[in-house]
Amino acid sequence: MQYFISVLLSGIAVGGQYALIAIGYTMVYGILRLINFAHGDVFMVAGLMGVYFSTVMPMYIAIPLVLVLTVLLGFTIERVAYKPLRTAPRMSVMISAIGVSYFLQNTATYITGGQPLTYPVIPSLAKTVSIAGTPTKMVVLITPVLVILLVLALTQLINRTKVGMAMRAVSRDFETAQLMGVRINTVISVTFVIGSALAAIGSVLYFTCYQAVVPTVGALPGLKAFVAAVFGGIGNIPGAVIGALIIGICENIIKGLPSAWDVSVFSDAFTFALLILVLVFKPTGLFGEKVTDKV
Amino acid sequence: MLKIEDLHVHYGGIQALRGISLEVPDGKIVTLIGANGAGKSTTLRTITGLVKAGSGSIQWNGQELLGKSIDKIVSSGIAMSPEGRRVFPDLTVLENLKIGAYLRKDKAEIAKDIQWVYSLFPRLEERSWQLAGTLSGGEQQMLAVGRALMSRPKLLLLDEPSLGLAPLVVQDIFTIIREINRQGVTVLLIEQNANMALKIADLAYVLETGRITLSGTGAELLANEKVKEAYLGKHK
Repeated sequence: MQYFISVLLSGIAVGGQYALIAIGYTMVYGILRLINFAHGDVFMVAGLMGVYFSTVMPMYIAIPLVLVLTVLLGFTIERVAYKPLRTAPRMSVMISAIGVSYFLQNTATYITGGQPLTYPVIPSLAKTVSIAGTPTKMVVLITPVLVILLVLALTQLINRTKVGMAMRAVSRDFETAQLMGVRINTVISVTFVIGSALAAIGSVLYFTCYQAVVPTVGALPGLKAFVAAVFGGIGNIPGAVIGALIIGICENIIKGLPSAWDVSVFSDAFTFALLILVLVFKPTGLFGEKVTDKV
Repeated sequence: MLKIEDLHVHYGGIQALRGISLEVPDGKIVTLIGANGAGKSTTLRTITGLVKAGSGSIQWNGQELLGKSIDKIVSSGIAMSPEGRRVFPDLTVLENLKIGAYLRKDKAEIAKDIQWVYSLFPRLEERSWQLAGTLSGGEQQMLAVGRALMSRPKLLLLDEPSLGLAPLVVQDIFTIIREINRQGVTVLLIEQNANMALKIADLAYVLETGRITLSGTGAELLANEKVKEAYLGKHK
């Protein structure tokens, strides 16, 4: 029972971390219809910055700085690599995104020399508490709470504010939104800023659990977050969160099965098998975009 | 006053407008009629800045509009209800109206204008909390016009407001266009329903394959033999 609780808790935690990355994928897709392949690498860069900054400054300064610089990175990527291609075919933007992804990975390899770095221990997140007799890292408890708070704040922003209304309008109809006077480039930038900020927060939580930072460390969490976004219905924020939690929990259950069965290596394959199943039965994902058009 | 002079627009290699000139005097209803592909929508889309012009000029109260960004053009007092209505289907009716006032900051005045739009289109008030995608075609057209009015334009551009609507609903829409004009908004209307458009127009232009071939008052063009034959479906 204790074992089950600890598997479940760490599943929720890693799921929550995937969720923070998945929101960035799903929001950008919702607005630009672009799969931002560089997003996982933005997450990796946030991790690297965390490592380097922690050696020269206290964490309470380092973390906000990582947040600000990650946001700046996301914003710049959009302006430099995607904005000039606004009227180009979607495939061109996607290739540009793949290019940015490799550029970030290669730059990271150049800077780190390819050596794995160890993410700093943040005492308040790493300390161990006991839940129902199960020793648990604090970060495992904080992650779901933080995810819920951030998602609530985000849905308020999207449903209650003017910029949120503009985002919803732009995601449906670029041209008509422009006719209302909405500056779509501003709205798109806001989307990248939010996505990058959440990825930065996700990086702090994720690397507190899995401390090794290498240049390709963004690939797998990024891919799983993307799967989570598709799973929940791409373009849908609560869907991405629920998709990420399901993936995190399933993955941890498989990893936690008796080692005599020797199935834990298949945990990632399982994630993708699950995606295929969902898409076979519900091609738009669990909460696919509702279509209310009436002709 | 809006004054277009020798406007050329092309998409890739295709000439959509081959040097048109026209005037929309303040306080009038002006209509542009013509067949599919004549360049009517292109004209409106160039005025709003959605389409880039090749050459020519569009003067709006003395200032040049070509080269300005869309939001600058909207805030200078020009709004458009686009072809096919294009309401935001997953925003509510009220949100669609609010986004029409996106560039305005005067909250109290915006609230007043929402009431004004509701007084023009009472159906929208009844449905203010409904998602716009669930409205009927006629209601969506009303919403598209109301949304355009929310920027408090001096010039309202209407692209095919009768498209796909039942004849009775078309009557209603045209009655309201007249009412909006009577309240001081200049209207530039493009229509395939030439009969309806010419009846309410002070001034009318006929557009054929990117050129203006005829102009006059609405009544003059209604009586014109060529127009009758080509656009009003009446035979000699």
